[in-house]
Amino acid sequence: MSTDIAATETRVTEARTALDAQVREIIDWHFDPDTGCPFWLEWAQKAGWDPRQEVRNFDDLAKFPHFEDEWLRGGPVRRWVPKAYADRPTFVFETGGTTGIPKSRVAQEDFRTDYELFSETLPDEHFPKGSNWLMLGPSGPRRLRLAVEHLAQQRGGICFCVDLDPRWVIKLIKKGWTDHLKAYQAHVIDQAVTVLSAGHDIKCMFTTPKLLEALANRLEEDGSSLKEAGITGIFAGGTEFTPQWNRFAHEELLDGIYMTPTYGNTLMGLAASPPSGPENGYKITYYAPQPRAVLQVVDPDDAGRTVGYGETGRVMLTTLTKEFFVPRFQERDEGEREPPCEQYPWDGVSGVRPFSRLASATTVGVY
Amino acid sequence: MIHFPILRWGQPYTSLETTQVEHFATGEPVAEVSQANPGIVARDMRKGAERARGALREIPCVELLQMVKKGGELFKSAELPLGDGTQTPEDFVRQQSATTGLPEHMCRMNMGKLEYVLSHLDDVLTSLTRKLDYDILTRGYGEEDGVMRSYQATTPVLGMVLPSNSPGVHSLWLPILPLQIGLVLKPGPQEPWTPWRMAQAFFQAGVPKEAIALYPGLGDVGAAVLNNTARSLIFGGTATVEQYAASPGVQVHGPGFSKILLGEDTVDDWEQYVDLMVDSVLTNSGRGCINCSGIWAPRHSREIAEAVAERLGPIVPLPPDDPQAALAAFTVPGQAAAISADIDNALKEDGVEEVSARHQDGGRLVPQDRCDYIRPTVMHCASPDVAMAKKEYMYPFVTVVECPQDRMIGAIGTTLVATGLTEDPAFTRALLDARNIDRLNIGPVPTIKLNWLQPHEGNIVDFLFRPRAFQRA
Repeated sequence: MSTDIAATETRVTEARTALDAQVREIIDWHFDPDTGCPFWLEWAQKAGWDPRQEVRNFDDLAKFPHFEDEWLRGGPVRRWVPKAYADRPTFVFETGGTTGIPKSRVAQEDFRTDYELFSETLPDEHFPKGSNWLMLGPSGPRRLRLAVEHLAQQRGGICFCVDLDPRWVIKLIKKGWTDHLKAYQAHVIDQAVTVLSAGHDIKCMFTTPKLLEALANRLEEDGSSLKEAGITGIFAGGTEFTPQWNRFAHEELLDGIYMTPTYGNTLMGLAASPPSGPENGYKITYYAPQPRAVLQVVDPDDAGRTVGYGETGRVMLTTLTKEFFVPRFQERDEGEREPPCEQYPWDGVSGVRPFSRLASATTVGVY
Repeated sequence: MIHFPILRWGQPYTSLETTQVEHFATGEPVAEVSQANPGIVARDMRKGAERARGALREIPCVELLQMVKKGGELFKSAELPLGDGTQTPEDFVRQQSATTGLPEHMCRMNMGKLEYVLSHLDDVLTSLTRKLDYDILTRGYGEEDGVMRSYQATTPVLGMVLPSNSPGVHSLWLPILPLQIGLVLKPGPQEPWTPWRMAQAFFQAGVPKEAIALYPGLGDVGAAVLNNTARSLIFGGTATVEQYAASPGVQVHGPGFSKILLGEDTVDDWEQYVDLMVDSVLTNSGRGCINCSGIWAPRHSREIAEAVAERLGPIVPLPPDDPQAALAAFTVPGQAAAISADIDNALKEDGVEEVSARHQDGGRLVPQDRCDYIRPTVMHCASPDVAMAKKEYMYPFVTVVECPQDRMIGAIGTTLVATGLTEDPAFTRALLDARNIDRLNIGPVPTIKLNWLQPHEGNIVDFLFRPRAFQRA
């Protein structure tokens, strides 16, 4: 066995040990009547078993059913706040809600911690400390806006934002109001161009593939470019961030600007990807911020079975923080299972795309 | 394996994302298709659309006309580039049949149809432009018979979101290039063959490469084509028609709901028209928007249904290379079963009878390992008020509806082609005035027989050029 392989195996084992310890700590916390949240305490009472006795490592989480995000719809939202944290300032972040009641997730410090951890993955030469940011993404009751703002602040910068209501965008798509859709996108890009042209020394940006394209095209029409506007680093997210789009962006939009993909949602932190480019076919592999969150790639017909490396399966998420416990949530995405790597000694997922069995019912990439 | 790259203004671009198109019966991969992303379309349109028209404007319309006519000959007879190799016309027929499920002789027929349109393109354009001097289109203005005429192109390129089901529809975009308007094509997922071969034929005939772009991809790529071209055509179902009905820049080609209408004066002679009815329903396996899906008669509807069913009902699926094959396969999993279930549901209503059923012991649905067929279906509807009377599907399916002549025009709904079998001047006048009918045939003309010199769902020249006032001091 080579030294490198042995070292990697050691790190994988250490990561697994840390994950098992995290599981015990989080289970003990959420199912302790003094610290846990009402939702899980009531759940355990009805289930008739004590997770603190039976769940002592990650594999034991299979004793839980799959978390259903429908449980997050409607109130009282305080049932999700751990008793030990009841007096802390609490945020609520929403997802969905174009029609009907949105799903709500409470948060206190988690989003800050998640983005601080993510910040450590950003190279300073492309995301210079102290430089200002543009958050070109959804506004309103979403985690992203506050999270990106915190990221900017944590790195010593100030974050500029735009108004973007994705629920209205979805309505425009569903109504087939193409002209209104174009006008709304232009309205959002207008805001971004205005901020970029206002002398705020913005160097870093969060955005989505669609908005990045629109902004790059607009700047080019105006005789400028992202680079000339001063941008040096971009992080972007969404299932539209495919290897082909990654290549297209690098070859035709970015002009050498560093861009890194991310995968995340309201239920988890932020999964990062090691650098990707022509050397690896622009392949994007996401690794969850273990041990706070775990991504597994499982058999869609038997979620208890993790697929083999390189095989396709449905993405399953587990979130393990003191603020929020999400066991075995089956995402609306699929992808291929990837082995641990040097930077992240645990499983990753590549080729993330909408879960094919649900894809036709899902509106993706609305902004 | 054959690889179709994206063509970005004539330049091949291999995507990191590809899909495979498979043989409908064996599942064997036939070709790999590079998938575009919407951003590529948007970017190319911004950078190259005007250049495409510019390149075409450097060539006089009459020369372009000769080039596309030459392209038609090459399309039909030449060995043309495909993937790393070449493709003969027979390869084309076999490959197109393999991925679309259309019998080979129908692919050959459609190929001939496209070549025919191209070889007569000067006549087609003369008709569609009403003999306008092409130089007026190129220059934007000019005098004709002492009158100043001015036309402005509404777009430098025409976007097209093409279907997989009926290769004959490609004839609609053939007159575009000689009008010095570029082509932006999004092929149907199972039918990359025609747009590619036609583009190669045009290139070989001298059309500038920067005048044609080809973007295989999913629905988001089709949407990008529509969103980034000022004028576009899209082919789709009723939902697509409704979605784009209010978009003046999008010409939608949906289900045709084409019909044969028998007048009071001719209906007693219905037996004379059975061949015409069968041809109108069955040709091209009933896949076209011009195929007849409704025969309306004030009386004798049951006898008509029986007679048509006797001809269509016994038809069974045959291998695609069988010259007698009349039915195309449904290659999308579950599609045929869903259609058949929809028919079963509509059959529950009183006044509806599946007359063809007695010729089909095993039922209309014929499932096979990797594809399905539906045998020709003839429904009798006792009145126009039953839901079945408004149905149309992508195979030889026809309803024979009993309806008084004076209710007929109001009840048929939107109709792409109507063949009115009548010599009654009053009924003829009413048909001429009916705004729910697009193409009108009076007399025994099969609905599938098109006169290419006439506009189809709007005049493409009017769609691409706007007449305007122009004065020069």
